[in-house]
Amino acid sequence: MKTICLYFEIHQNIHLKRYRFFDIGTDHYYYDDYENEHAITETAQNSYIPALQALLEMARMHPGYFKCAISLSGVAVEQLENHAPDVIELLQELNETGCVEFLAEPYSHGLSSLTNEEAFKEDVQKQARLMKEMFGKEPKVIRNSSLIYSDEIGDVVASMGFKGMITEGARHILGWKSPHYLYHCALNPNLKLLLRDYKLSDDIALRFANPQWSEYPLFADTYVDWIASLPENEKVINIFMELCALGMFQPLSSHILDFLKAIPAYAKERGLAFATPSEIIAANKSVDALEVPYPMSWTDEERDTSFCLGNVMQREAFEKLYSLADRVRMCRDRRIKQDWDYLQASNNFRFMNTKASSYGMYRGIYDSPYDAFTNYMNILGDFMNRVNNLFPSEIENEELNALLTTIKNQGEELQVKDKEIARLNARLKKQESALASEVQTETKGRKRSTSVKKTN
Amino acid sequence: MKVLMFGWEFPPHILGGLGTASYGLTKGLSMQPDMQITFCIPKPWGDEDRSFMNIIGMNCVPIAWRDPSWEYVQERIGKCMDPQLYYDLRSHIYADFNYMHVNDLGCMEFSGRYPDNLHEEINNYSIVAGVVARQQDYDIIHAHDWLTYPAGIHAKQVSGKPLVIHVHATDFDRSRGNVNPTVYSIEKDGMDHADCIMCVSELTRQTVINHYHQDPNKCFAMHNAVYPLAENLQAIVNQRKPASERKEKVVTFLGRITMQKGPEYFIEAARKVLERTHNVRFCFAGSGDMMNAMIELAASYGIADRCHFPGFMKGPQVFECFRDSDVYVMPSVSEPFGISPLEAMQSGVPSIISKQSGCAEILDKCIKIDYWDIDAMADAMYSLCTNPALHQYLQEEGKKEVDGITWEKVGVKIRALYEKTIEKCK
Repeated sequence: MKTICLYFEIHQNIHLKRYRFFDIGTDHYYYDDYENEHAITETAQNSYIPALQALLEMARMHPGYFKCAISLSGVAVEQLENHAPDVIELLQELNETGCVEFLAEPYSHGLSSLTNEEAFKEDVQKQARLMKEMFGKEPKVIRNSSLIYSDEIGDVVASMGFKGMITEGARHILGWKSPHYLYHCALNPNLKLLLRDYKLSDDIALRFANPQWSEYPLFADTYVDWIASLPENEKVINIFMELCALGMFQPLSSHILDFLKAIPAYAKERGLAFATPSEIIAANKSVDALEVPYPMSWTDEERDTSFCLGNVMQREAFEKLYSLADRVRMCRDRRIKQDWDYLQASNNFRFMNTKASSYGMYRGIYDSPYDAFTNYMNILGDFMNRVNNLFPSEIENEELNALLTTIKNQGEELQVKDKEIARLNARLKKQESALASEVQTETKGRKRSTSVKKTN
Repeated sequence: MKVLMFGWEFPPHILGGLGTASYGLTKGLSMQPDMQITFCIPKPWGDEDRSFMNIIGMNCVPIAWRDPSWEYVQERIGKCMDPQLYYDLRSHIYADFNYMHVNDLGCMEFSGRYPDNLHEEINNYSIVAGVVARQQDYDIIHAHDWLTYPAGIHAKQVSGKPLVIHVHATDFDRSRGNVNPTVYSIEKDGMDHADCIMCVSELTRQTVINHYHQDPNKCFAMHNAVYPLAENLQAIVNQRKPASERKEKVVTFLGRITMQKGPEYFIEAARKVLERTHNVRFCFAGSGDMMNAMIELAASYGIADRCHFPGFMKGPQVFECFRDSDVYVMPSVSEPFGISPLEAMQSGVPSIISKQSGCAEILDKCIKIDYWDIDAMADAMYSLCTNPALHQYLQEEGKKEVDGITWEKVGVKIRALYEKTIEKCK
């Protein structure tokens, strides 16, 4: 039986405000509140709320049959909590139906997986904790920002205890292989990989409402037929997209939600099933290892990291940012931690993209990649100063780490000693009081005193 | 295809951008094998590049009958014109111009510059053009800038051939809206008579449509291009010191220091940059009516020690200036095209240009700002001076981009427009 795995991504980056170089050192607030509120409410109204309602409806119409997976970036959760709590409520409701699995991903939607393992782990754990808190379950499957994946990332993720990871079924990686099977990571067979079918996914996410498309208008029965007519032994059909594809990329007026709602009924008719990533991993065996020496992603035609690291400006910004990773990890300043999350979002790098072919090229407040770079570097300049002011810059990271560990260890030691002292003090008191009472009894009866001393 | 062109300047004796553009355009057009160009200028010096077209000096064209000997003509104007052409032209004198101020060859003198009696010179140019238009054989007439529009109209009326006019600038750009009525009327008259109007940018095209009330269907944007640097200039540019040896950054403004070029915005931005950093110098290369005011402004902001005014630069000096610059800024309030950012980018200097300039329409690998947005301008300057990655990217990609903007491609486009115009006028 063929299984459809639907997965939706919810991420909204925090928009940076216009930040001039003369603001460096004087202004430490980097965000465009108006744009953030506007963007998130617009997306929630036009996409998240109606789309989640549709999913909820599908779950209630087909209880136990319809399943899907959702992941949220931490920054998106923060934004939703602030500006569109309805979306969170809908997600909770959806969670109660039991049809949805929530996945882990980096809290910041950043690119730390490409450069700093420790920062990446921390980033993911932060989000995983949040998911547990919100939905009561520890995520077992992970997706990286923009589905970036390479063998090394897979290894790191496996070492963190994740059972599966979802990523792109990029043609240059798969070659003749089909994405409709379960694969595993080449460096660690315990990590299973679910590969996105970019054709079937983009039919919905990119082309659905395009009247120039040869398949326009697409109906649910045709779409399900395409899936049903795939070769017999191709079992897993992974359809992954951003949730805002429903309503933003493809407007609601195109009846995309009606299309979506009609899918389960037709799928049932044709004997297809729905499953969450965890269920697929449990039910299927991996057919092969997938070797991905260089990182791939789901972005652009190239399906690699060129959307965020394609030119010297992007690489410069990326290197400057992650040169701070260790220091930020060591610090305990909450505001710095928060800015660190917001500055990491891969969207900031995407704004500096100079590729001609990027579809849906949206630059936010910037009118050119150079503008985006200048603004980001100004902010980063200020942020770097703040981080460097926390610890003296002449101390190397390792030395600093050692010092911090020493301080921490000494602190712990002191705590242990404090406890010990308290314990001993208590004992001493006890002894003293015991002694005092003894003395009293001693004065009463001298005969017994010798035997008491002996037992002591 | 034969083209009769009227121009005012031609290298190497040029006074502004018009000469450079005329040269590039004709050379690019001449790349097409069947293209024959005859270019009329008021006063040739004899050292112009004639390898790809004929040049007719208007000061060698007789408008009153004289009968000098072959040897005499050879001696007098031989370095600019073949004596035979003199006699051929003489047979096409169309009226008695003896009352005009003519010399012993029956020719009129031209200054070839922009003298005080410019209007008289324009009129004389048009009289002489009548003779040339009667003698020459051509399919289309192409007149560059308003000085030659009357000549173009005259040629059109004589021959009935279609007239193309090329708008390199309008009086609206030069005067920021306070147009000179005489100039405006000459410009408008030329445009009204033209069958096709080529504008150096979409910006200029819009001016022509909105302020000169022309039919949008006959106005076309025809962007300028640049020629690869000559060897001697390339050698100058190659002397650029590596970034590691350049302790101070130099931000350059190059152009006439007049209202049109927006120098005051440059100073305001410089002030903002200097509040933050001290290893940047600002260079104002050029002269103009606002120069003294700018020096005073810089002094009043207390940044005069960082602002330098080396004066007017010409020829190789321009490239020496680019060689020593790290950033080029063109904050023009209104610029029909603006060739200097292209030259700066050719020399490996990243450019910041105003969105109100024509070249912004064809350049991508540069920073574009609104001329009035001094915060953005200062930010861009600062960013280019402090972020090597951005500087390197724009330096390399900018050069590549400009290398792809060639006059040859412009020539092909012009040719296509010629053919369309001829077809339309049949």
